[in-house]
Amino acid sequence: MTTTNIAPVAPTKPWAPTPAEVLPSILLLIGAAVATYVIVAITPMKGKLAYAFLFFVLGTAFIAGRNGLLRGRSALVDSLASSIAFTGAALVFLPVVSILWTTVSNGVKGLHWTLFTETMFTASFSDPISKGGLLHALVGTLYLIFISMVISVPMGVLTALYLTEIKGPGSGFIQFVVQAMSGVPSVVAGLFIFASLIIATPIKASAIAGAFALSILMIPTVTRTSQEVLLLVPNDLREAGQALGATQWKTVATIVVPAARNGLLTAVILGVARIAGETAPLLFTIGGSDNLNWNPFKNYQGALPVYVWKGLLLGTPESIQRAWTGILVLLVLVLVLFVLARVFGGRRIKTK
Amino acid sequence: MIEKPSAPAPREITTKPRLSDRIFRGTVTGFGMLSLVILTLIGLFLALRGFQTFRHEGFHFLTGVKWESVTSESGVITNNFGVGAMLIGTVLIATVALVVGVPLSVLCALYLTFYAPERIKKIMVSVVDLMAAFPSILYGLWGFFVLMPMVQYWAGLLFKYLRWIPVFNAPQPFFERSPFVAGMVLAIMIIPIVTSVSREIFAQTPLDRIQAAYALGATRWGMIKTVVFPFGSSGVVGGAMLGLGRAFGETVAVFTVLNIVFKVNLHILYGSGGNVASMIILKWGEAVGDETKALLAAGFILFVLTLLVNMAANTIVKRTMKSGK
Amino acid sequence: MSPVEDMNNETPGEYMSIDSKVSSSALADVANARSAAREPGRAPMGSGLEARGIHAWFGKHHALENVSLDFASGTVTALIGPSGCGKSTFIRTLNRMHEFIPSAAMAGEVLLDGKDIYAKGTDVTKIRLQIGMVFQKPNPFPSMTIGENVLSGLKLAQLKVDNKEDLMQECLERAGLWNEVKDRLGAHAGGLSGGQQQRLCIARSLAVKPKVLLMDEPCSALDPGSTLRIEDTIGQLAQSMTIIIVTHNMQQAARVSDYTAFFLSDGGPGSMIEVGPTNEIFSRPRDQRTENYVSGRFG
Repeated sequence: MTTTNIAPVAPTKPWAPTPAEVLPSILLLIGAAVATYVIVAITPMKGKLAYAFLFFVLGTAFIAGRNGLLRGRSALVDSLASSIAFTGAALVFLPVVSILWTTVSNGVKGLHWTLFTETMFTASFSDPISKGGLLHALVGTLYLIFISMVISVPMGVLTALYLTEIKGPGSGFIQFVVQAMSGVPSVVAGLFIFASLIIATPIKASAIAGAFALSILMIPTVTRTSQEVLLLVPNDLREAGQALGATQWKTVATIVVPAARNGLLTAVILGVARIAGETAPLLFTIGGSDNLNWNPFKNYQGALPVYVWKGLLLGTPESIQRAWTGILVLLVLVLVLFVLARVFGGRRIKTK
Repeated sequence: MIEKPSAPAPREITTKPRLSDRIFRGTVTGFGMLSLVILTLIGLFLALRGFQTFRHEGFHFLTGVKWESVTSESGVITNNFGVGAMLIGTVLIATVALVVGVPLSVLCALYLTFYAPERIKKIMVSVVDLMAAFPSILYGLWGFFVLMPMVQYWAGLLFKYLRWIPVFNAPQPFFERSPFVAGMVLAIMIIPIVTSVSREIFAQTPLDRIQAAYALGATRWGMIKTVVFPFGSSGVVGGAMLGLGRAFGETVAVFTVLNIVFKVNLHILYGSGGNVASMIILKWGEAVGDETKALLAAGFILFVLTLLVNMAANTIVKRTMKSGK
Repeated sequence: MSPVEDMNNETPGEYMSIDSKVSSSALADVANARSAAREPGRAPMGSGLEARGIHAWFGKHHALENVSLDFASGTVTALIGPSGCGKSTFIRTLNRMHEFIPSAAMAGEVLLDGKDIYAKGTDVTKIRLQIGMVFQKPNPFPSMTIGENVLSGLKLAQLKVDNKEDLMQECLERAGLWNEVKDRLGAHAGGLSGGQQQRLCIARSLAVKPKVLLMDEPCSALDPGSTLRIEDTIGQLAQSMTIIIVTHNMQQAARVSDYTAFFLSDGGPGSMIEVGPTNEIFSRPRDQRTENYVSGRFG
């Protein structure tokens, strides 16, 4: 058969729902909304819950019922399942929107320039928000992040290297241990540092004590993400290095780690995001100062989460406003880290 | 007839690693072992510091309900520390969190894996990951100011209509800061991890089985029921247990929405309860001497509890991923 | 003894391999013997399937171009051709499995009993009940027993049957598996051998009484003994339905099919070069490319 000139044919998707096919479902949903209003008006049910619940039940029933009438029982069940799955996802989505919205709308009210230039040394938490600021908390958090990084990143990356490159006889067990460590509650991390360092060593409540506590939480995250990333480096690269006669150390240092550079950076960022907002460990280890403290090794230190905590606990409207504004700053920090991690690492890396 | 010569014994392959490699391997191995050391130290120190309390209270520490330190007029201190009520509270709140959070997570994971169009999926996956990054104190603030009033209203409804079910009953209609509220906040906090694990498992469902179901004329739900659930059920259980571990250890988020009372309370709608983690925070500020040691002992209990749950969970999840049933 | 029966007596070790360059005349002999061995005057049953102007795309990639084929009821048609020329894509357009790939698009019509299965308002799950499929890798449901596997199609479609055990036995007998599993219907499907699992999958597809059975290289993952048994099954099944089988194995095509269609891609979209009665395709193909392929000059 010789090739003849065939008029170009356009690709189509006959299975994709056309507007005409989607229309009945939309009409049914509108009908369900109307019915919801009517029912709420005539029965004693009221409140957002009533609306939401009724709309869900009626909308699902209408659409599933129509599918069932058209195509039989299995189509009805399938339609029900679709609706319920969608609703589940929507219910997961809503709290996040609510959290973001509440934080921004409440926190914005307290934003002012001096927030970032003053501390709470001269102001009390009950003073109006325009007095005092969170500079001390910001500095404290930055100290904590930096010191935790210094402790956790080498520790985490080297552990990941042990698990992926050396694969010694204890690997399976160490893997298990790292996973167990990632489950340690933040309270326990704080208590441990208190029980060990603060009680028994010259290190008292200070930024470095807090950083040690945070490191316990950060190391497993860095390790796990680094491990994922190192495993993605194709083995061919390692074999090429070995074939060239390089020692394992040279291969890892000059070939493997640079190849995984972006991913390792992501691992660090995710680790930082994990601990930036942690409160509980700090309550036992840094003392929650209201004053700027440039010395990370001695004396109480402030931190953003503790600032928020104090504001919340005091309970006056002004202090609560401080808490919201503080958490807004913290949230912005976390979001920036989150976006950075995505940029460097792509979608494959999880945050926890 | 030629006899086949027997195969020679395999040679032992050895190599003498260079010094730089020996240092490298030694360093890396050392650091690798450090995690084990840290974990052991945590358990050790907490147990040590709390040892006095354990010795004094004995098993009563776990079962006792009261937490008090009474100093008589002559200066004699009698301590009576028991985390029993808090342990029950921990389990109760975690149960509420699981009952609400796991079904939502599984539904969300199903939706994302099998129903969602590509763009919605990308957005939702980012949203779920973002949820995991939120600081717990944010959940605490939001939980207290936004979620609690709503949940109190729901609790009122549950009380009004479903009071005949014992767990929904309450001595008084006092719904503020109840285990129910705390459980709801925790439910939202465990959704990211349970959803992530479930999604990973569902995504690994063998494609050939999925195709077999569809080729037999199955609807999407029919396929999910026949292929996905048998394959992924144990993995989802593992994910739920990871969520449980998180729920056990969560502190600041539930502290604000929980009214900590040292009395056993099984009525989840009633505003009285507590969990071990929040109790530690509550009492820490004013604790001295013996009470501090008792709190450290409580920390040890919490450590062991979460360790066990997490170990079990990880084993289950790993086994499902490996076996591919 | 005809060459066909001759082959059935060969031990697996002496079986002809896929790579052996058998002359096309030998294949033609086999095909001729087959059509001679069929009972005369057999009235074909089942349903006619017709593909008209089928194109398939994956995103922008045009994978299949203008394939038109007629599958008469009660016949077995083999689709042959080198890897990657669109045979599997084509047969997946026949039972609407192609659309599961998110980037998939198509053009053309597929008529079952005169009605386009892609027409608006068609219930695709019902279509798949009438056009069944057996895959290359046997895929029984491991969480179900053997008996449950056979009936799984009924359960999924919520079809009521009066006598489940009779249907189960009938399907397993038609698939050639009954004698081997009749005492262990309650055992898990995972314990069967590859060939047994594939026959179980065939039995499973039969339970919903399809009019057409599509088979995508059903024997390529199996040992020669199982292959021969399944080819026997295909021959018997063809008496009551239409069968379309994709195969890399020309000898298999010669053994089991009435008609053969040759697919080829020259780097662009795959297309169907030639179709005809199997013995003619192998003995006097009209297109030079077909001749080259069946003589083993490439592929």
